[in-house]
Formats: sequence, structure tokens, C-alpha cells
Amino acid sequence: MSDSVWILGTSMTRFTRHEGRDLVDLASEAALDALDDGGVTVHDLDVLACGTLFSANASVGQQLLGQIGQTGISIYNVANACATGATAVRVALMAIRSGEASMALALGVEKMGKMGLLGSPPRAPKGPTTYEASGRFGSVRSVDGLLGTKTMPGVFGQAGMRYAHDHPGVGFEQFAKIAHKNHLHSTLNPLAQYRKEFSLDEVKASPMVAYPNTLLMCCPTGDGAAAAVLVSEERLRSLSADQRRRAVKISASVLTSDPYVEGGQVQPDVNTLTRNAADVAYEQAGVGPGDLDLVELHDCFASAELIHYDNLRLCEPGGAGDFIDSGAPYRDGATPVNVSGGLISKGHPIGATGVANIYEIATHLRGEAGDRQIPDARVGLAHVIGLGSSCGVHILERSAA
Amino acid sequence: MASERIPLVAYLVLEPEPHLVAQQCVRCGARFFDRRNACGSCGGRDFEPAPVAVTGHLRAFSIVHRAAPGVTAPFVSAIVEAGDGTTVRANLVEVPPDPAEIQLGMPVRLVTYPAGTDSEGTECIAFGFAPVSA
Repeated sequence: MSDSVWILGTSMTRFTRHEGRDLVDLASEAALDALDDGGVTVHDLDVLACGTLFSANASVGQQLLGQIGQTGISIYNVANACATGATAVRVALMAIRSGEASMALALGVEKMGKMGLLGSPPRAPKGPTTYEASGRFGSVRSVDGLLGTKTMPGVFGQAGMRYAHDHPGVGFEQFAKIAHKNHLHSTLNPLAQYRKEFSLDEVKASPMVAYPNTLLMCCPTGDGAAAAVLVSEERLRSLSADQRRRAVKISASVLTSDPYVEGGQVQPDVNTLTRNAADVAYEQAGVGPGDLDLVELHDCFASAELIHYDNLRLCEPGGAGDFIDSGAPYRDGATPVNVSGGLISKGHPIGATGVANIYEIATHLRGEAGDRQIPDARVGLAHVIGLGSSCGVHILERSAA
Repeated sequence: MASERIPLVAYLVLEPEPHLVAQQCVRCGARFFDRRNACGSCGGRDFEPAPVAVTGHLRAFSIVHRAAPGVTAPFVSAIVEAGDGTTVRANLVEVPPDPAEIQLGMPVRLVTYPAGTDSEGTECIAFGFAPVSA
């Protein structure tokens, strides 16, 4: 396809708590490394798409180019919850597809530190109060903890338990196995926030955050950045044989939001939009789930990874419990999932995540993943979901050259 | 000496018997608990109040041990499918916060309880769902 868009260079910083380094330091490191990796410079870029969530109003894209090269190009600062990074990739890709650009940088960055529980409402005011109905629900006080939970570990816990409701054989044990797997995988990834193996019993016995998710089944907060240089096929042809050989094809790029479903107002439906995105992506790429050599999916919590096995069609319908029980998503299994360690162990600096999983897939497809390399990987899928909701799915393929 | 009672949320109606009232789209029947600008399902502009069944079954739950500051934990957050198919989120009450005591699919009913008093003595009434004893 002549209008294909390719990844020319890609990079990520280590995910960790980067004391003493700010957002622009992290963004600069990822951007410069990705440009170097692609054998190009900031002066070759036509567009920058810069994703960050908690500093979305800080013109981080402009701050970045202020440090590494103010070339005057278009900058799109994007925010889209946990799909922020994938959205930046899509903005860069759409700029190239439109014909307005032939080379673009997609970057995601976040600095969260020890931010704690996401989804918590602001602390209630102290002192005398008078009850008065306000807001869209006419509430007289904070409802969190009275009308259920809106904090992330609980919301995704409920999503997993709803799957368990409909599918006997899915429960705490299956969720725990997923965290065991991802912590084990991260021991091979030098860029992961945590690199420690935990036994299944340790996963199950770690402090309960929101059943069924124990602490070791929850992603941490942290800091990091990731970047990808995208290039049009036409411009790629003008580059060197080595650049063409290492280029990775973006075979599918999809972003969906949540269509109306009954109950979606009270418990976010993270399934339908993921299924929709996956189905379109498989069709765009002309591949099926059975063709995937590896998958990086959005395991913000272990309960989330399990349901996405089914949503991404990696298992038989309803078969997500059997899928993990069989060992299929372990790195030596039939469909390795989150060989990076996933969000649970690699970390989840929100804006960076959706670019970092593309970095991970591309690095395997190039055969450059070192100790954690999946042998002879040719096709991979990267998935993120941001509550609210947006789902990004990208399918990448190794260069035929 | 609570002189008055006020529901925690506007969609909880206390009299004559406590129940929830949804805003139902006249055109497609979709139900919502929030103030609406239009229907998120079909785009319809007209709504009518629709009482929600007070019994249902437990579709999903989470036992929240680490909660936001100021929120008492642990508590059981529940997604309930009411008998008429409406999905409701609330706490599961009158049951210990122990997964061994909670069965997915178990029948539940709406209950109300006091959830605080303001500086003028007005009592806030919250709702939850309790297991229906066999």
C-alpha cells in the first residue's frame, strides 16, 4: 500500500521515579534517542504530536522543541486519558496520511511521582456544611464510598468480576496468575520500573487494594517518556537501506470511543470499544489474532488484562480464564502478552504508555529486544484504553526488506 | 434531632417507599440517573421519570480496601442489575466485606440508611443493596 506509514525510529526512557528530572528532561531524552535511532534530526520533522495528561495545559510540545530545536513546525499537544500516547501516534499518522507531512514525531511523557490512587474525588471541605443538591446527580455530599467506587482499582475490579459472573472458572486465581506473569516478564526488561519476580502466593497474599486486585496486581504510578518517528512510505524510499530494513510498518491504527450500552453510565464498559477497535484493526491490517507474535495490552490491573484477552479475540469467546490457565500469554506460550512486564510491572506514566507499547512491539519486530526478544517476531499488536473512554489499537509488521 | 431528611442524590425518592427514579428517553427507552442534555443512545430530547425496580441481582463487585481520603474502608462496591434491567451502582450493605460471603448473581434489594447530618440537623439518606435472605 503506497500510503503506508512507517516507524523509522523509536525510544523510551526507563520508567521509574526520576527524581530531579522534569517532564522536559524526560521528553527530550526520548525524542533525541528516537531521532538518533531513526538516523534523522529535529530539522527533518514536519509535525510534533506531544501527549501528556496531568500537564496537558503546559504546552509541553513547545517546551520540548524549545530545548531540542525550535523549527517552527506544527505542534499538537494532546490529552486523552490513558489513551493519550496512542492518540499522539494517531495524530502524527493522520498528519502524514493527509499529505501535509512526510515525517512526524509522536511523543508521550508523564511525571506522576507518588500520586497515589487515581479516580479519587477532591477532599471534602471541612467545617459546617448545609446539604444542598448540586451537580448532575443532585448529590448533597460526596458519594464515593457510599454509592460504590469510582477509584480505578475498584472500577477495573468490577469489570473483571462482571466477566467472572458470566464465565465460571474465572476468579481470584486467574487474576493473580496474570500479575505473576507480568512481574516475571519484567525481570528481563531493563527499562521496567520493577524487575522482581513474585510467586503466585506472594501475589495473592500482598495487601488487598480493591478485590480482586491486590497491590501486586495494580500498576504503579511513575515517570517516563517514549517517542516514535513516523515517516511516509514515499520518504522512506529516499532513505538508506539500513533505515528501510529497520523500519516497522504500521499496518493498522484505530481509535474508538465507547458506544452507548445500558449501564455504561454507572460502570464504564471497557469491552465494547476495545472489541470494536480490535475488529477494525484486524481488518485494516489483513491479519487475525492467530497471526500475532506478541501483544502489549492495557493491564492497568490484572482484572483488566484478563477481559482484554477476550476483547482482543486472543482466546475463544468466554475463554479468558482457560487462556491464562493454559500459559498461552506467558513469553514462551502461544500468544505472548506483555513481555515488557506490562503496566503492572514496567509501569504506567500515563501519557507515555501508549507510545511505549509501540516501542516494545517495534523493538521485537526489529529483533533488537535483547534478553526479552520473542524469536522471529513478525507481527504485533499494541492496545491501550483510557477511561471515559478511548481505546487505541495499533498493529505493527516487520519490514519485508 | 434530625428535623428533616434529604436524599443523597436526586434520583433517590424516599416517599412513600424508597426507590430510584431514572430519566427515561421517550424515544428509545434508555435510562439515565444524571441531568440530561439529550439521550446518549439515540439523541432524543424528551425524557420521562421511570421508577426502577427495588430488587435485582449482583452483577459485579469490588471490595475496596484502599479508598480516597475521608472514605471509610473497607466497603463493598456493587454493580446491580435491577429486575427491570436497569444497571445501578451502590454499596453492598448488611454483608461482611469478605469475598467468601458474596456470591455473584445473588438476589439483592434496595435499602436506605442515614449517611450524615448537616449543620442544620438535616439528615442525609443514602441507599445501598442488601442480600435477600433465602
